[in-house]
Amino acid sequence: MNADNRRLDLILAGAVLCLLVLPWYKIRSGFFGFGWIGDMLARPDLWPGAFQAAAGRWQLWPVLLLVAAVAGLRLTAPSGAARGRWLVRLGVLGLAWLVVEGLSVGTRGWNWGLLERLLGEVAGQPAFGAGAVMLGLFFACLISFGAAERGALKGDAFVLTAIVLLILLVAVFVFYPILSIFTGAFQDFDGSFTAQGVRRNIGDPKIWSLSCLTGGGPCGVAWRTLFLALCTASATTVLGLAFALVATRTRFPFKRGLRLLTVLPIITPPFVVGLALTMLLGRSGTLTQLIEAATGLELGRWLYGLTGIWLAQVLSFTPIAFLVLIGVVEGVSPAMEEASQTLRAGRWRTFRKVSLPLMAPGLANAFLIGFIESMADFGNPLVLGGSGGVLSTEIFFSVVGAQNDPSRAAVLAAVLLFFTLSAFLAQRLWLSGRSFATVGGKGDGGRHALLPARVAAPVIGLVALWSLFTVIVYAMILFGGFVKLWGLDHTLTLDHYIRAFGISLDGGLRWTGVAWNSFWTTMTIALIAAPLTAGVGLLTGWLIARQRFPGKAAFEFALMMSFAIPGTVIGISYIMAFNLPPIQMTGTALILVACFVFRNMPVGVRGGVAAMAQLDTSLDEASLTLGANSGRTLRRVILPLLRPAILAALVYSFVRAITSISAVIFLVSAKYNMATAYIVGLVENGQYGVAIAYSSVLIVVMVAVIGIFQLLVGERRLRRPAASEAAA
Amino acid sequence: MTSERGAVEFRAVRKNYGGFTAVPHLDLKIAPGQLVTLLGPSGCGKTTTLRMLAGLETPSAGAILIGGQDVTRLPANRRDVTMVFQSYALFPHMSVIDNIAYGLESGGMKPAASRLAAGQGLELVGLSGLGDRLPSELSGGQQQRVAVARALVLEPQVLLLDEPLSNLDARLRRRVRTEIRELQQRLGFTAVYVTHDQDEALAVSDRIVVMKDGRIAQDGTPRELYEAPASEFIADFIGEANVVDCEVLGLAEDQALVVVGGARLTLPSRGIRPGPARLAVRPNAFRVEPGNGEEGDGGLEGRVASAAYQGDRIEYEIDGPAGRLFVIDGRSSVPLGVGSPVRLQFRGGGVALIA
Repeated sequence: MNADNRRLDLILAGAVLCLLVLPWYKIRSGFFGFGWIGDMLARPDLWPGAFQAAAGRWQLWPVLLLVAAVAGLRLTAPSGAARGRWLVRLGVLGLAWLVVEGLSVGTRGWNWGLLERLLGEVAGQPAFGAGAVMLGLFFACLISFGAAERGALKGDAFVLTAIVLLILLVAVFVFYPILSIFTGAFQDFDGSFTAQGVRRNIGDPKIWSLSCLTGGGPCGVAWRTLFLALCTASATTVLGLAFALVATRTRFPFKRGLRLLTVLPIITPPFVVGLALTMLLGRSGTLTQLIEAATGLELGRWLYGLTGIWLAQVLSFTPIAFLVLIGVVEGVSPAMEEASQTLRAGRWRTFRKVSLPLMAPGLANAFLIGFIESMADFGNPLVLGGSGGVLSTEIFFSVVGAQNDPSRAAVLAAVLLFFTLSAFLAQRLWLSGRSFATVGGKGDGGRHALLPARVAAPVIGLVALWSLFTVIVYAMILFGGFVKLWGLDHTLTLDHYIRAFGISLDGGLRWTGVAWNSFWTTMTIALIAAPLTAGVGLLTGWLIARQRFPGKAAFEFALMMSFAIPGTVIGISYIMAFNLPPIQMTGTALILVACFVFRNMPVGVRGGVAAMAQLDTSLDEASLTLGANSGRTLRRVILPLLRPAILAALVYSFVRAITSISAVIFLVSAKYNMATAYIVGLVENGQYGVAIAYSSVLIVVMVAVIGIFQLLVGERRLRRPAASEAAA
Repeated sequence: MTSERGAVEFRAVRKNYGGFTAVPHLDLKIAPGQLVTLLGPSGCGKTTTLRMLAGLETPSAGAILIGGQDVTRLPANRRDVTMVFQSYALFPHMSVIDNIAYGLESGGMKPAASRLAAGQGLELVGLSGLGDRLPSELSGGQQQRVAVARALVLEPQVLLLDEPLSNLDARLRRRVRTEIRELQQRLGFTAVYVTHDQDEALAVSDRIVVMKDGRIAQDGTPRELYEAPASEFIADFIGEANVVDCEVLGLAEDQALVVVGGARLTLPSRGIRPGPARLAVRPNAFRVEPGNGEEGDGGLEGRVASAAYQGDRIEYEIDGPAGRLFVIDGRSSVPLGVGSPVRLQFRGGGVALIA
């Protein structure tokens, strides 16, 4: 029996088993509670697919027919191109049918009036459950196995299955939700089509008004958001470049300290900087009081609004720009600069004519990241926005507030998406044909030229000032948790920590603190999401870097584009897509995990692609010619060599799952509340002390967990330690 | 013959990359137990051909057979061939013995048995005792031998070698190529060897296939290629050659009577018709005699343009009616002065008519 038949038998047996045993529909109490096993016979809604079909749900008959057809094909046809072609067709049909019947029949019967008139009434059905999901996977596998039998990608079933499953996952968790936003915009509360909401919102002067230019009142929220994003991106890029230049091209004595700054934004929950700014510069802030006492001026509420948000965002995102630009600045080959100097160019001319133009693509990249981060930022505007919000907070309030206007949220989300995607596409267009990768495989001798003195002095000054500001802000965060009432009563106290993280020992260990519940949920979900994100991201990176398949460029582009989708848009799209059958996940932990995995995946992909580029392809090829299949090659050769990239992806996705707020705030529920959402709640209630205490604990925990990950994944051993090398 | 173990056959194989055709049409048969070299300048399609045989590239058209079985669509890991890579591609995170056992374990052998077999493989290449080292702790030559051992322990029908010596220094290269050839003769496997170095090709091969622009330019034993190059390209690529105009006076059976300068030669005609033709003349095909400036019979007149003393030989550039010739004189030890007249006599051998 050959491998083609063996794997086909395996999934066929699995499909039949699922049809006979697993509940087809979603279980309200949750699949992994396993309470459903006992009730299965008594309650028809728990029946597996085959019984549902027998009980008169005719929309499942095609599924059974298709599985039977595959079984027939397996028994009558030998493996080969002809059977492969049929398997692909059956798989596509199966998936298509699941989509059609899932979208057409909702909980109360037909979703579309037209179908009801055509086909008569139909019994409503709940969302897809374990059985339906497994059958979906079965059909996906049919496509890849069929393609393998036809000899696609040298008949590599593993790679084909990975590709098909990834495309399926990205379609379900990225594109379907985004599409739902647009359909959501055109739906009334009962699901029927209406363009009224869109018409009302699209011309709303609150969004599009330009009257601030003429001096007649505030501008629309769309313009304000755009203006803020441009300002933030410019400022972070300039500051980031200054930091990068200081770190690499001056004799500045605290370079290592500067590099530590790059870790900060990764482990800081996004609204924390906003909080600290309030404590420093708010109406009763420390600095405000100092200045008012010294000058007698009334500073007032200047911090609340775009200025404050801008300041907080620049503080939050400058380190990210630094992180991007330090690689760029180091990447300019010293040989180029040395060549320029031997051609009689002075340091200033070399910097202006050679170094800076070579860095231009990197600067554009840093600008884009700053732009998107600012657009997507939710925490800082929420804390500092005051009366005038930005798009992301407007979206939030149009869903949760008294307005409850989904079509407004959808329109605003579409506007936000339009801005970020345009920026992304514009950058891509500008970059094409402008990539000056100057680091070759060969060892590049030489040293970077120091900055010319007239640039160095102001740059160092700027960096020192800004670093000082950052340090003060973070000191505030740590300190703020220990005082009674910021700005009014500065007595030291542990009250906030006790309130958040109190433990009572009488009558056994009891977690009495208010934060424990969301804290453990956050940790659990982050720990589940991190390995999944790293796995999916690196697998995708491997496919992109090492496999050639049709549509690869489009696939890669779509993935990278999902990086430009702001978290708020993801959040809103997830509730719109996954609140009703066929896929119902709102209020579960699963939706949070899915959100984190697909939101953070692009970073894993980039990391994977970059790391893979350093591994010579001949290593994979050697493994293949030695008889290992792609799966074994990945496991035994690629993964062990990718350990640093795995660590980075794990840490990043773990930390992002803990710190992110924009998407999460839409998806949390009473049962599964996340730390950030809980903290935002505290801030809204004015409990700043507890919020600050909780945030500091999160930061400390994240640092600890990063250390543990580092130990777990370990080093990759390519050389012995220096001692034994000397002995040898 | 092509159904035997170790036989290889390319049938009308074509390979395109997008719009670029790397190999337009390739027909090639390799007999079992032979070491065949694919030789050619970079970009000639030799590596593509090797990778198609390994299963790392799929041909755009045509069929590849190994041991009589059509493997065209078979992925690399299911073909009975192994490969020694130019970069060796030793897994840097595995010890030497794990590297060698890797392929055995991929094939389902138990770890204990595979380590035993890997140890024997290591012994085969003379590196017993280094099994626990990491690849980074070996010298270049040792790494190369580990790569060979790793490929050989699987006892493949065909061993593929992709420029296996290009990362070694000149002296080591000579030794390792001898070792590879000895192993191949002793174990009797089929080997396909890709190189752009003609010395290497001449030294190790049973047969050389010279490729140019994705096509086979000539195919034969090292001696055939050297002594009877089919074209100016081959003549110049395999050893050095002077191309000299000549006149074919007449044919007798498969021999041609050729006049060049004042010399008359009888050479295999190789399908060339009477009339103007060209000769490929090896630098050592002449005897160098001091000349008297007159056209005598049986030789070419000329003047020394440059003379370089090389110890065991003297290299001359000689200007004459046939243009500038590169000549090696391996017998005298006193170079003739620049400008002095010489007469070049054909010694017999080292001359061939080319198309």
